[in-house]
Amino acid sequence: MMAPVPVGAGLLAAAVLFCAGLTGVLVRRNVLFVLLSLEVMLNACGLAFVVAGAHWGQADGQVMYFFILTMAAAEMAVGLSLVLQMRRHFGSLDTHVMNRMRG
Amino acid sequence: MLRLLWLVPMLPLSGFATLIVGGRRLPRRMVSAVGIGSVALSTVLAAVVSVAFVRTTPPDAAYVQTLWQWMRIGNFAPAVAFHLDALSLTMMAVVTFVGLLIHVYSTAFMASEEGYRRFFGYMNLFVGSMLILILADNLLLLYLGWEGVGLCSYLLIGFWYKDRANAQAAMKAFFVTRVGDTALAIGIFLLFVSLGTLQIQPVLRSVSQYPPGTSLCTAAAALLLIGAIGKSAQLPLQIWLPDAMAGPTPVSALIHAATMVTAGFYLITRMHPLFLVAPAVLFAVAVVGAVTLLVAALSALAQHDIKRVLAYSTMSQIGYMFLAMGAGAWSAATYHFVTHALFKSALFLGAGIAIKACDGEHDIFKMGGLRRHLPLVSQAFLAAALTLAAVPPLTLTFNSKDLILNEVWLSDVAGPAFWTIGVVGAFLTAAYTFRLVFVVFFGPEQRRSESRVSRWMLIPFAILAFLGAVSGLPELLNAAFGIQSFYHFLHSAMPGPARDFNSAGGPWIFQAIYVAASLAGIGLTYLLYRRASGILGFVVSTTMGVRLHDLLTAGWGFDWVYQTLIITPYVRLARLNRGDFVDGVYAAVAGLSYGTHRVLSRTVNGNVRWYVGAISLGAVAVVGLVLVL
Repeated sequence: MMAPVPVGAGLLAAAVLFCAGLTGVLVRRNVLFVLLSLEVMLNACGLAFVVAGAHWGQADGQVMYFFILTMAAAEMAVGLSLVLQMRRHFGSLDTHVMNRMRG
Repeated sequence: MLRLLWLVPMLPLSGFATLIVGGRRLPRRMVSAVGIGSVALSTVLAAVVSVAFVRTTPPDAAYVQTLWQWMRIGNFAPAVAFHLDALSLTMMAVVTFVGLLIHVYSTAFMASEEGYRRFFGYMNLFVGSMLILILADNLLLLYLGWEGVGLCSYLLIGFWYKDRANAQAAMKAFFVTRVGDTALAIGIFLLFVSLGTLQIQPVLRSVSQYPPGTSLCTAAAALLLIGAIGKSAQLPLQIWLPDAMAGPTPVSALIHAATMVTAGFYLITRMHPLFLVAPAVLFAVAVVGAVTLLVAALSALAQHDIKRVLAYSTMSQIGYMFLAMGAGAWSAATYHFVTHALFKSALFLGAGIAIKACDGEHDIFKMGGLRRHLPLVSQAFLAAALTLAAVPPLTLTFNSKDLILNEVWLSDVAGPAFWTIGVVGAFLTAAYTFRLVFVVFFGPEQRRSESRVSRWMLIPFAILAFLGAVSGLPELLNAAFGIQSFYHFLHSAMPGPARDFNSAGGPWIFQAIYVAASLAGIGLTYLLYRRASGILGFVVSTTMGVRLHDLLTAGWGFDWVYQTLIITPYVRLARLNRGDFVDGVYAAVAGLSYGTHRVLSRTVNGNVRWYVGAISLGAVAVVGLVLVL
């Protein structure tokens, strides 16, 4: 049995991952990379759940990770199909092109 | 038989309801049948009621019929009740009878008009409202009729509403009479607050207890006088009447000659005990009448539109009625009302026929020579004109105007100065009337339409002209044989001060003066328009002549005065006040919303990354707040 990872270090890693993902969403203009960064953020959340579950010695955290994984898969399916549509309509993957709903 | 009284006003009103509710499905014949039938039945009933009233004069010389209680608010419980006495009986008979003849005339006159049903509906409503006004037992019901008449006037002047000028004339009539109506309403409030009742007879009884000149009586009488001035088109609220000629000619005959404009006269006569205890106001009545009769008669001399001549003539003749009332000669005024209703509606109907014969031409100088084309019409018109000018051979002396002038001479209020104005007015009356006759029916022939005059227009016209001409007969009998008749019937109900000439020869000298004044007027116009028209052309060609002519044609520039003194400043003030404080509050609310909208809509820039950033910042802020607090 491996020595448990310290909670602080695990949560810190999750926070770093989350911020990296958020930065990617904010900085990237290519919608494909935005989706990738979103995935990173989701996984950072999952990591935080797992670390917390391990810390309390309960399975809830890992169950939660399965839900997040399922949700991420569904989201990705919808997201990728939207990306396809976007490519077809605008001929580009740049999010700045899709600004017709500005006020 | 007197119990049938309530049907007299109700029949025309139900005719109105039938025509308006009946809708477009009613064929024209049905419309005519309902429109005329209701008024005809009403006329017959009015005659029956009148005969019954005269044969069995009820106690107090009045018959009151209460239909139902209108409303009850505390002590204030006006009833829908009708009051019949000599005055209201006379008015009722004239309104129904003249109204009936004009309805018959209208079937032919309006035959080719669209809105035939609407026309008869309004006419019925008018007759009904006028009858309510006349028969009302309390001032509130009288006011209902008063406003109903005003409404019909508006609707009928603007009957051809597609023409903007007509609609404006209708608005003008409505607004100007509204000034008087407001004064009347305030007068009624004042009487109610002071006396606690609106029943006319109790009001008059309690008012006559006051000593003359009490401020309450003077104020109430003055307010009623303003109301009467507005409705009867007297100075200075007369400006609506000439423009009201924009309506169809039968409307002019019915509303603006025979009946509606006499509502003011009726109001004062009905309330005459109130005016007797307000001598100052009574004197004002005489002054208003005298000034109006002169001013209007002079304006009539210069008009080119045949209907405007008659309109100014109507104002002038009602001026005579006001003058008579100012002298306290209620019966003479009523008598003049009857004759005026007959001959003036006849003149209007004749003018309508002449206008039709000239393809809708209103300018008298473009008509000319109708005598040969329409011999019967011109004879009847001549008869009516002679009645208006009060010429003895045809119209049987003792014309109502002479009665008025006698009374004015004898009264201590009015006296010789007013009498002189009246005689000058008689001269002018004859002059403008025969100017019309000479120009329209004599003179060179002009173009005409070939269509024949309908029987249904000719017969009512002839009847009215004939009756107008013989309306002096009762007084002739009185003077010659001492047979007491119509005048004494009126006098018994409204006793004025008993006055008579001292000497036996007195009346005849005065009679000679009146006849001479009328003949001089006719002679002068004959000279100017038939014999030596060069003189007239010369007078009009001088600068002074042109100015005078323009002034008279414009009705002494009253329209201009009101335009500069009231309308223009009012419009300016309204413009100035457009952005006042209250508006500012609402404008600020609107401006704030708009500004916020502009700021917030900046954030919706369509950039996904921007949204994500905003959401993140928001989340951080919320979490931070939770942690800190």
